[in-house]
Amino acid sequence: MSSDGNTALKMAENSREEVDSVVVRFAGDSGDGIQLTGGRFAETTAIAGQDLETFPDFPAEIRAPIGTPYGVSAFQINFGSGVIMTAGDAPDALVALNPAALIVNIEEIKPGGLVIVDSGSFSEKNVQKAGYDKNPLEDGSLEKYRVFPIDISRLTLEAVSDTEVNKRDGLRCKNMWTLGLISWMYDRDLGPTIAYLEGKFAKKLPEVAKANVAALKAGHAFGETAEMPDDVRGFTIKPADFAPGVYRTVTGTEATSWGLVAGAQLAGLKIALCSYPITPASGILHVLSRLKAYDVTTFQAEDEIAAVCAAIGASYGGALGVTSSSGPGIALKTEAIGLAIASELPLIVVNTQRAGPSTGMPTKTEQSDLYLAAYGRNADAPLIVLAAHSSADSFDVAIEAVRLATKYMTPVMLLSDTYIANAAEPWLVPDADQFEPFKVEFRTEAEGFQPYMRNSATLARPWVKPGTPGLEHRIGGLERDSDSGNVSNDPENHQLMTNTRFNKIAGIVDDIPLQEIESGGDSGQIVVVGWGSTYGPISRAVGHLRDEGKAVSHIHLRYINPLAKNLGDLLARFDKVLVPEMNMGQLSTILRDRYLLPIESLCKVTGKPFRIIEVEDGIRAALEK
Amino acid sequence: MNDIIAAADLTPKDFISDQEVRWCPGCGDYAIVKSVRKALAEIGTPTENVVFVSGIGCAARFPYYMATYGFHTIHGRAPAFATGVKLANPELDVWVVGGDGDMLSIGGNHTLHALRRNIDLNILLFNNEIYGLTKGQYSPTSREGTLSPSTPMGSIDHPVSATSFALGAGARFVARSVDTDQKHMPQVLKRAHAHKGASFVEIFQNCIVYNDGAFDNFAVKKTAPDTQLHVEHGQPLIFGAERNKGIRVNHDILALEVVTVGENGVTIDDVQMHDQTNRTLAGWLARMEAPEFPVAIGVLYCDPTESYESGVARQIEEAKQKSPSQDLNSLLKSGHTWTVEPT
Repeated sequence: MSSDGNTALKMAENSREEVDSVVVRFAGDSGDGIQLTGGRFAETTAIAGQDLETFPDFPAEIRAPIGTPYGVSAFQINFGSGVIMTAGDAPDALVALNPAALIVNIEEIKPGGLVIVDSGSFSEKNVQKAGYDKNPLEDGSLEKYRVFPIDISRLTLEAVSDTEVNKRDGLRCKNMWTLGLISWMYDRDLGPTIAYLEGKFAKKLPEVAKANVAALKAGHAFGETAEMPDDVRGFTIKPADFAPGVYRTVTGTEATSWGLVAGAQLAGLKIALCSYPITPASGILHVLSRLKAYDVTTFQAEDEIAAVCAAIGASYGGALGVTSSSGPGIALKTEAIGLAIASELPLIVVNTQRAGPSTGMPTKTEQSDLYLAAYGRNADAPLIVLAAHSSADSFDVAIEAVRLATKYMTPVMLLSDTYIANAAEPWLVPDADQFEPFKVEFRTEAEGFQPYMRNSATLARPWVKPGTPGLEHRIGGLERDSDSGNVSNDPENHQLMTNTRFNKIAGIVDDIPLQEIESGGDSGQIVVVGWGSTYGPISRAVGHLRDEGKAVSHIHLRYINPLAKNLGDLLARFDKVLVPEMNMGQLSTILRDRYLLPIESLCKVTGKPFRIIEVEDGIRAALEK
Repeated sequence: MNDIIAAADLTPKDFISDQEVRWCPGCGDYAIVKSVRKALAEIGTPTENVVFVSGIGCAARFPYYMATYGFHTIHGRAPAFATGVKLANPELDVWVVGGDGDMLSIGGNHTLHALRRNIDLNILLFNNEIYGLTKGQYSPTSREGTLSPSTPMGSIDHPVSATSFALGAGARFVARSVDTDQKHMPQVLKRAHAHKGASFVEIFQNCIVYNDGAFDNFAVKKTAPDTQLHVEHGQPLIFGAERNKGIRVNHDILALEVVTVGENGVTIDDVQMHDQTNRTLAGWLARMEAPEFPVAIGVLYCDPTESYESGVARQIEEAKQKSPSQDLNSLLKSGHTWTVEPT
């Protein structure tokens, strides 16, 4: 770095403005490397010790036609020195690498927000492709924002001119140039990103590594040295006030996968993940495929049905059978899940929900598979339904899923969603040595054994590994005698077995924690009840209203079947119950059915998470009714 | 596998469960279960290390009648369940039993993939060319024109050949037997068991109620010497009551043909030798149909390669060699972490 650069840096630092939190959105073509840019920025934000939440939002098409609005990929990050619980409502700053990225995202930017655009990409052709009649940089239509056009394309090509990449590869570095500039703006160290780029490219593509690093540095230097407009300056954000300990960033996909490994270890089981690729659930298959050293067997089956069947077969064989998918895939698995219920074998089914019905919007989030989880099988076929409320929470919920599935010999449906799967947040890494083991004891004693004899406390039948002498037995989907397991069409026996299957799941209520109140009092004007990824926006919205002195409480459910024992009493203590959901009111239906309370719904199915303000407005409206 | 167990200790009776067999009187399945028990006794794997997995249909009731571990699952999916069992515990002898509807119609996909993946399962397809348990509809192996409740004017779709399908799927062991051939079937079953990898055995099975006599054109014992060709690796493809008929490759039309040794100058040297590792020959044998040809019985194809579960175990072992720690803390702290010190 030149001495001029150093001088400029000092000046810039002197003029940095201190802020508590910022929301930034990166947007560009799906081939522009926006997700990588966002991911790297999130990583350096975490290293800077700030709290954060991310929202990657990308099209289902791998490479949509260049420059079109439907090919736009975006990555939003909210970071700051206080507690961050959502990816933020309206971004303070937008980086748009082409006109399409601008037209798709501009409406959501805060009035007065900073809009950095790559003016080099605003050719007449690109402007039209995006759907603009005239160049928006020239027609005054953006006057409510602080627009800062930079010819990022040209500057990137200049920056990489000393390296031996061709023009096409050189231009592909413009995401790194942008990251350099934004890193300057928010006072980030480039070191970790340089190390990352060198690790990724240096061996096989050394020139590509060089070009990317050069672009990154050039973007940063541009911020230091350029004559920035008066209203564009650098910011500093203090580190967040985290509890002491070791931290990392984690996505829901990672946390779920690791939680399953942890759960299997605590149960003393080998894990067999049997899945079929589907967006947005494939990540779990990818993560676990790399953990073979942890006794993880992964099996990419020929279809969704084979995946769940193999998982059940693995559980029958004495391993922990797990299958992961998203809505359409879960629908295909339902018959087999019924068999796992009937044959009473442990099974974990992870549903990373996406917008539907049918193929729907594969990369967009929704919570609309709750009915499917709770009711979606032929006949009376209850199972455990758990929901993770954040990326980090997925770890604990996955462990709990394994504990319950193995203790009660039952399938567990673990609900996640696209948002949780992809979003990253800092995570205080737990000490695995402190986890309470729940080692599975397989039945080996032949004396007195019957396949459907039950533990009187849990109503679970014994788990026997094939290979155990003297315990050979047959199980299956035909209704079976309540003790011997032999095929039975006896009417009274069917009533008894149906009751038992029901009571076994209902009885788990005594083995799960009482419902706690997330924030607010245990009675009052209104309680907001949520489940899953609405946790962040609900927490924030309730917090804001409580700051205004409103008697609002927040309850968030992890256990959806069975519901916590005290939930009905808790809800009854409030004048109103409001359930915000990314569906048309599915939890509302379940709660109304269960407690006969006048539950109100706040529904959103746009494929995007709730904004805090939307929940806030919903609560206000409910209060005023 | 379980080679160390003394075979002499087990008898077919040891494999009879306490459940009453509920197939129709005269069903071919009775003969098959008898052969399977005989073969298992001779193989000698202890009952606790044997698992039978089935789907839905008459054949799929099979596990209930075996004093081994058993899992009667859902329609068509038995190969997938069995794959999971084998992955969980590769030491088990896993047998899959199903009918033509179960394994070639609703479950055709799983049969295909179990075979191409070459997981060490012994897959027995009881082919009776009909849906029995749902009362007689035509099946994917039913011949054109089959009259059934769902095809009162005769079926118009074309049947699939089970063994051609298996070979096309990439199976490394493909064999055939006939339900009533109590001498032959145990031998084929033992060969299937000895084959490490997916082994596929089509057993022609008579459904006495809905499709009686479907295989009479080649399966009747009296005429069998002239209508069946029992193939043996390294032996000429000879058949006939007088052992004078043979199968020859007609190079002009690139097809098999039936010849009579001693007629038209044909000698025994003109008759094709059976090579069980020749996939092309196996495909031709699989396609031979009565009455023009004898039906090929026995091991049509056997050419082992690494089985799927062996590959899975190998990769897990390699991964453990590379990173021997299974410590959860090291996993959770892998990649980038940072520490917040107490203030």
